Amino acid sequence: MIEKILLKGFYTLISLFVITNYGLLLMGSMARITARVQGRIGQPVWQPYIDIVKNNAKRWSISHGVMFYLGPVFRLAGGLGTYLFIPGILGSVVFANFSFSGDVILVLYFIFFGQLGMALGAGQSGHPYSPVGVSRGLAQMTAFEVPFTLAVIALASQYGTLSITEIAMAQQGGILNWSAFTNPLATIAGLFAFVGMSMHNPFSVVIAPQEIPIGPPTEYQSSMLGMLQTNRAIFNGAKLVLFVNLFYGGANNIFELVIKTFILYFINVFVGVSFPRFRIEQAIRFFLFVPTIIGLAAVLIQYI
Amino acid sequence: MDKTTDDLTTREDLDRQLKMPNAGLSKEDQPLFCDAAPQTVAPYRGIWENFLNWARANSLWILGFGTGCGAIELRPLMTARFDMYRFGVQARPTPRQSCVFVIGGYASTKTIKRVVRSYEQMQGPKFVLGLGSCTINGGMYWDSYNTINRLDHYIPVDQYIAGCMPRPEALLAGIKELKKQILAGDTENTNKYIENLDWYKANQKKIITEWDMPDYNW
Ligand code: SF4
Repeated sequence: MIEKILLKGFYTLISLFVITNYGLLLMGSMARITARVQGRIGQPVWQPYIDIVKNNAKRWSISHGVMFYLGPVFRLAGGLGTYLFIPGILGSVVFANFSFSGDVILVLYFIFFGQLGMALGAGQSGHPYSPVGVSRGLAQMTAFEVPFTLAVIALASQYGTLSITEIAMAQQGGILNWSAFTNPLATIAGLFAFVGMSMHNPFSVVIAPQEIPIGPPTEYQSSMLGMLQTNRAIFNGAKLVLFVNLFYGGANNIFELVIKTFILYFINVFVGVSFPRFRIEQAIRFFLFVPTIIGLAAVLIQYI
Repeated sequence: MDKTTDDLTTREDLDRQLKMPNAGLSKEDQPLFCDAAPQTVAPYRGIWENFLNWARANSLWILGFGTGCGAIELRPLMTARFDMYRFGVQARPTPRQSCVFVIGGYASTKTIKRVVRSYEQMQGPKFVLGLGSCTINGGMYWDSYNTINRLDHYIPVDQYIAGCMPRPEALLAGIKELKKQILAGDTENTNKYIENLDWYKANQKKIITEWDMPDYNW
């Protein structure tokens, strides 16, 4: 029994290590590609690693209270929770993580959980720009959760299960069995939500990269910022794995996973470099209009 | 009930002497701010510190606070021609997360107040680039009534970049020099600032007449 638990823990660590590095490399290559589109050379692909080391190497750190410390911890718990309840690779012991029946509900919850924890932590920092970022983030998040939840409901009723593993298993045996082909409406609604979730352009106003209010993490520094950066990498990877499992037939080996997630990630790159930024009320109006209607249609079709 | 100085015991008196008085703040504001004096933090030794210095040198986050006319040269630095990102230099809008403070030229007595405030809010080790002649000797404002003459009397400066105004190439050269300096382990200006805090504070308070902020802006 104890051996089994230890072995599972070891496999989980491997799985986490892989997804963290993959997420960091994706972030690095995204920055590089964006730079090329803008006619620059761009930062090295491994720049996110250096940034994390640098932030952890700071010698001073400022606190604003207990909740301020817990903010990044909750955020990391949200990222880890999202990833650990998704099967990384189907049928693999190492990358199975902790998926079980009913986990898509848990994953939906975890996506929200990190943001809420972060909101509490950033709120305690007392910096006026933090609440601005938090309210923008939560508003946008609530908006894109609507089409995403509708897409998930459509898939759950299509396959008659809430388990991500079972949803992915039901799509095996050829490309035409993927939800992307059997349920295109849900896939489109999900993809809109995916672009919102990744917070690149046009939905990047939450972190507002070059403005005075940098968003919720305005006051975060040193190792707390390093933690947030690590979480961003994990969450980046987790989201891609989730979408591959839900809509693109899961992955049977690591190469399939890398190819599918990388192509999926390119949607972000394309959309990100070709559109300017939405204001927050425009983003909300966007999500609650076309994607929500598509999501509703996907759900209704399941009941007709 | 308000305590008067007569009620204080000797122990409390002693404690008070070790603390920053925050005398510029109003009575209601004083408890809102930290009154402990900042402490120096010693670097690690050997290969580990070298590794950390390598990371610090390759990830320089500039505080996006255009303090003078020289700051205009920071914009072309980001665009395609000069592309500072390939050297690991990025812009950050908040002092908490940045490690390089580029003082973009003259610092008027009004600006130096915000410069000090932002500098102290950055987390160490932190670096300062003085951009332009104005930071070195006052430049064309050397006898002006409202502009400081030597920046390193108020905050420690790692590198000065001469010129009025220095072109982006000069700025890049300055950044490269700063990198060399960090790699060589010459990163202790944050500690030096804390060690000589009295001297710096005295200089700052001579210039900033309306000192209505905490003595050390964490
Ligand atoms: S050195 Fe010249 S360009 Fe720079 S701040 Fe002074 S006057 Fe302006």
